[in-house]
Amino acid sequence: MSSLAQSHLRETFELNIGPQHPATHGVLRIKVVMDGEYIDRAEPILGYIHRMHEKMGENRTWNQFWPNMGRLDYLSAIAYNHCYAGLVERAMEIVVPERAEYIRVITAELNRIQSHLLGFGAYIMDLGGFTPLMYAMDEREQILDLLESVTGSRLTYCYFRFGGVYNDIDDDFITGTRAFIKRFRPQIPIYHKLVTGNVILMDRLIGVGPVSAEMCRKYGATGPVLRGSGVNYDIRRNEPYSVYPELDFDIPVYKECDSMARYMVRMDEMVQSCRIIEQALDKLPEGPVMAEKVPKALKPPKGDFHFAVEAARGTFSMRTVSDGTNTSYRMRLRSPTYSNVSLFEEASRGMLLSDALAFLGSLDPVIPEMDR
Amino acid sequence: MNELIRLLSYMIGIAAFLGLNLAYLGWVERKGAGHFQRRTGPKEVGPYGLLQPLADGLKLMSKQLIIPANADKALYMCAPILIMVPAVLLFVAIPFGEHLVPREFNFGLIMMFAFASVGGLSILIGGWGSGNKYSLIAGARAVSQNVAYEIPMLLTAINIVMITGSMDLNEIIRQQGSYFWNWNIFRLDKSVLMPVSFLVFFICSLAETNRTPFDMGECEGELVAGYHTEYGGMGFGLFMMAEYANLVIGCSLTTILFLGGWQSPIGIWPGPHWFLLKMYFLVWCFVWIRWTYPRTTFWGLLNLSWKYLIPFSLVNLLLTALFIKVF
Repeated sequence: MSSLAQSHLRETFELNIGPQHPATHGVLRIKVVMDGEYIDRAEPILGYIHRMHEKMGENRTWNQFWPNMGRLDYLSAIAYNHCYAGLVERAMEIVVPERAEYIRVITAELNRIQSHLLGFGAYIMDLGGFTPLMYAMDEREQILDLLESVTGSRLTYCYFRFGGVYNDIDDDFITGTRAFIKRFRPQIPIYHKLVTGNVILMDRLIGVGPVSAEMCRKYGATGPVLRGSGVNYDIRRNEPYSVYPELDFDIPVYKECDSMARYMVRMDEMVQSCRIIEQALDKLPEGPVMAEKVPKALKPPKGDFHFAVEAARGTFSMRTVSDGTNTSYRMRLRSPTYSNVSLFEEASRGMLLSDALAFLGSLDPVIPEMDR
Repeated sequence: MNELIRLLSYMIGIAAFLGLNLAYLGWVERKGAGHFQRRTGPKEVGPYGLLQPLADGLKLMSKQLIIPANADKALYMCAPILIMVPAVLLFVAIPFGEHLVPREFNFGLIMMFAFASVGGLSILIGGWGSGNKYSLIAGARAVSQNVAYEIPMLLTAINIVMITGSMDLNEIIRQQGSYFWNWNIFRLDKSVLMPVSFLVFFICSLAETNRTPFDMGECEGELVAGYHTEYGGMGFGLFMMAEYANLVIGCSLTTILFLGGWQSPIGIWPGPHWFLLKMYFLVWCFVWIRWTYPRTTFWGLLNLSWKYLIPFSLVNLLLTALFIKVF
């Protein structure tokens, strides 16, 4: 029997979720074939916010490509800055001053907390609880203010430079960050009390959206999705960069493979980021924040270079082929959400519509980063 | 002639009471939500944002009514009216005070349930008539939800009818004497499960009014805005107001059946003020719940009703019958 006749027998219908839909957090479109309330087949359709970032990397000079780094994943832009800086520094063999590396880690971790906070709030809002978002936003504002004071922007950061960072941090930032950590730490148990322990939430998350480690490997899923499936993989540990090897932190891993596990990984990562920031502030050395003798017009040597960082949503890596000119010959961006969302098609088969959207939220997609 | 004047004044009174409630419950909800969420809520229009409902109403009324090309025009237009009419009609039977009742029916309870179920129908009509798949799913959900929750609600109400032997709402209140231990919720001599019955009734009225955590008809995370996705302007406004009207009715009914209506909890000054106090307390609980809990799934909702609430209500009914027979 042809699939068309079959679908007539079961009376399926097509539903377009997105590109304008509250659950898709932007312009993701999911074409769903529904069998009543159950999902028969779901196909994410990407490209609604495709801006050719990779091509832009190929026809702009190395310095001109900086602003693009803030516009991929607008929620954890500093990690993307970090990746690009690392990539070119590796190619040019620039040695970054110690203080700059610490500042990079501090800002990147602040940015990670901020991203997870919004992810937490928006996720609960997907499930119909509006209030936690506002609590998360309150804390997030503090981080944005702190980052604004050193980077000059609140969302699309362009703070790093080849060989260091654009701006040194001052005492206000350091005391402000310490005060924030002190204020933020006791908030997490409150979130758990208000949200995580809720019967309705547990009912909606536990056992919903199972993603096995095999499936993660098949689609290349990383970040909280992979760590929620029991795989201890984090670029900060597995391919250490910057000063992460000198800092003491844990990688939260949950073996349950469900939405709750992914949610808990994010919550625990916020605590770990607090630990990292505190240690980095304690160890912060004096010195310059920019390497000396970084040429204005960069011409990395010929070759094939690669650098990866752990962004809030998973592994972000950049690969460039340089032909020795002032632009890249080929620029390739590997963004985490693209891989994470690609497993949605397989994992959502046979799910209820409401569960599938709860599952999609637990992948925490950021669409501009996926479409690039 | 006297009767005519009485009825006319009651009609005006109901309209005023209803209008005030529909406008200002929205304000209360937004202000309450604001304070639950570490923000202030509406504050710009008038002192404490008190003129906000007027501004909202003006905005909604001045908007163009757009009928979607796919919609069934007649059904699309009549759904918001159909949801509002029974909500207004029901106020006729509510005894706010011993003598402050527009029309005393000796079958008031039946009338309440009969008209309340029209609300489910109009949601279905709205969902179906919009010609939108999201609305259709929401309409289907709302109907199965209403069916599932009306049964335990009715079964629990039958308890009260058996205890009081009357369907007259005023009579039900009269039998719950003054002092709070005489209220039906605490009448353990009639049935030991009375407080639990109250809880069941309260949960059911949450589900009946389509509010979080049971707002399967709206479900903005999944179904955009559910059955009123395609409605703009005053069409949406009527759905919104009907939600608050149903909220008031649901809370009034709970107050009448379980919390002693206009009876005083301390034995002095019985009157409408006690009724309003109890009712608004329940309304406040509804708001509180809405801004605290996330939404259940549709399946979880039906499971709760068919697997827990209905069997429990049946057992409760038997128990009450036994209590009445034995004692």
